[in-house]
Amino acid sequence: MSGHTTYVPSNKAARWFNDRLPILGMAHEFLTFPTPRNLNYFWTFGGILTVMLVMQIITGIILAMHYVADTKLAFDSVQAIKRDVNFGWLIQTMHANGATMFFIAVYIHMFRGLYFGSYKQPREVLWILGVIILLLMMATAFMGYVLPFGQMSGWGATVITNFFTAIPVVGSDLLVWLRGGYTIDQATLNRFFSLHYLLPFMIFGVVVLHVWALHAVGNNNPTGVSVKSDKDTVPFHPYMTVKDSVGLVGFALFFALFIFYMPDYFGEADNYVEFNSLKTPAHIKPEWYFLPFYAILRAIPFTLFGLPATLYGLIAMFGSIAILAFLPWLDTSKVRSTSYRPAYKIFFALFVLTCLILGYCGSQPTDKEVLRVGSKVVLDMTGLAQIFTAYYFLHFLVVLPLLGLFEKPLKLPASIADSVLDSIRPGHGLPTGAHAEPQTKG
Amino acid sequence: MIKQIASLGLAAALSLAAAGLSRAEDAHETPKPPEQKWSFSGPFGTFDRAQLQRGFQVYREVCSNCHSLSIPFRTLAEPGGPEFTQAQVKALAAEYKVKDGPNDAGEMFERPALPSDKIPYAFDNPQAAAAAIGAYPPPMRVLAKARTYERGFPLFLWDIVTQYQEQGQDYIYAILNGYEEPPAGVTIDPGLNYNKYMPGHKIAMAKPLSDDQVTYADGSPQTVDQYARDVVSFLSWAADPTLEERKRIGLRVMIFLGVFFVLLLYVKKKLWSEYDARVGIPAH
Repeated sequence: MSGHTTYVPSNKAARWFNDRLPILGMAHEFLTFPTPRNLNYFWTFGGILTVMLVMQIITGIILAMHYVADTKLAFDSVQAIKRDVNFGWLIQTMHANGATMFFIAVYIHMFRGLYFGSYKQPREVLWILGVIILLLMMATAFMGYVLPFGQMSGWGATVITNFFTAIPVVGSDLLVWLRGGYTIDQATLNRFFSLHYLLPFMIFGVVVLHVWALHAVGNNNPTGVSVKSDKDTVPFHPYMTVKDSVGLVGFALFFALFIFYMPDYFGEADNYVEFNSLKTPAHIKPEWYFLPFYAILRAIPFTLFGLPATLYGLIAMFGSIAILAFLPWLDTSKVRSTSYRPAYKIFFALFVLTCLILGYCGSQPTDKEVLRVGSKVVLDMTGLAQIFTAYYFLHFLVVLPLLGLFEKPLKLPASIADSVLDSIRPGHGLPTGAHAEPQTKG
Repeated sequence: MIKQIASLGLAAALSLAAAGLSRAEDAHETPKPPEQKWSFSGPFGTFDRAQLQRGFQVYREVCSNCHSLSIPFRTLAEPGGPEFTQAQVKALAAEYKVKDGPNDAGEMFERPALPSDKIPYAFDNPQAAAAAIGAYPPPMRVLAKARTYERGFPLFLWDIVTQYQEQGQDYIYAILNGYEEPPAGVTIDPGLNYNKYMPGHKIAMAKPLSDDQVTYADGSPQTVDQYARDVVSFLSWAADPTLEERKRIGLRVMIFLGVFFVLLLYVKKKLWSEYDARVGIPAH
């Protein structure tokens, strides 16, 4: 990708070709790419995500050959795919569960980045590209979920697009423009289908940039200590390709468990009822991977400057994702890996808990009671969501900027190689005579 | 600092526990459908052919008067389903009339159904059904997947381990067996019926099944309980006709991936330890 590798193919024809299009040099750079030797299995999720994206695109293209984007036929056409298309049940369930698996993998990938400080200098652009991919993924998944045109499809789309009416002045016009009409109807379904087909290719484009940026700055690693010498790295192939394969096949096992044995586990029963714009389901909720953001959207209680609370909810929801892009500058600590940040380790755990509880809040009705003292409900689901929405933003806006200034990190290993040796024989250091500093590891 | 975090965490845990408790209260009002044993549950479960055939008979003689099914007759003979013979399905289809056309004269006409036709609905359209019955009864093709009840935390996680996924089946079975006299003090509006398992306890459908209503040829018990089990099994197949193929292929895939995973793991270990030896890192 760098375009200026020193690789010269030995074969004459290959050399001729590579001089004109240095794609062989690029492939060579990929295979020999020096990778920190201490990467753990959390680092295999990058490769897993690439495979998942390609799989979603392939299964999606096949589904599009059979799917009919017509409000009267869409629901039946998905059933027809599952019943009458050869292996249609497999392709459809791979695609639907694939979206869930994609998000499981991307959230693990992101929390790995958060824990080991992969967003810090010099990987800011790499991280921001990742946030853009997340946003595109969310848009893609949201529109894809509308296509089967079940009750949750239609009503989810209704509820989410309705939030745009909160935008001052242009809100209601914007709503009609987004939907292509006053309600979720043929125009909406058609444009969502079109965009659902387009966005994955945009994701693919940003993934190329993401990988390019990775190859410019190199991998982070569990110690967060930068690569200092050849001792710290292994060539990507075969060492990382085989390790990524182990991770990938392990993930495929998990994926296959749901495809073949519990294909509807992540689905909603209501989405097996065809969309009826006159009949609202009892509880409208988005797919699990949107639940924390949905909880934030519903959590904002106040109207301010005469603007509705839903507008602030909308801002908070988009803000909760956009704030990730500023993370490299909000975190003031110079230490990348949380392994060496004892105080942040606690806040990190608290942040994970916050995301999980917000997810739970998003799945429950807002007026459901949480805590009752005597006969008085002191906390309902909205209240719980408000507490943790507040902490979500406090984590980024207060905890991360301040913690870096006050926290006393543990002593970092001198190099990646040192930390590897130290993990094998604590305190022994290099066997070849070089001395490694003993260290206290958190 | 740590104390504060701990207390915050405790508060969170308490609030979740409280949420769990209040859910238990709700559950007291509408009991959760009891879990039933189904032949098709679990990783190796398959349909019971005779049961599916009986279930189809119950659908045909009872449910089909109000509920549509819209699956082709031919599927009744396909592997993994009730597996009627081709001749049986052909004869069955011929008992129905379907509208076809237009013919060369531009006219619509009726003809006997073919195995490739969908099972015709008792009404011309949902509006006609609603006009005759009072409301449009839910279509039954994917009904077994379209019904559920809330499992709640942490049961929904445990379900991954037990592979319990018959909420819809248990719910429909419970509804079919849940008709009883309303408790004292509960009044039911005309046109509605009391059902123990229906959320809110009010259901528009009158008790559909009663003992000895359908005559089984194979000597199975002619009870509401048996009818309910049979028809729910049939609806499960109708909603998920590839269940057996899915599980059969799934087993091969899991074995293949499992073996492949172990092999890759050892290849990885060998490759890395050879590399470590080469660069002077002690074995570990």
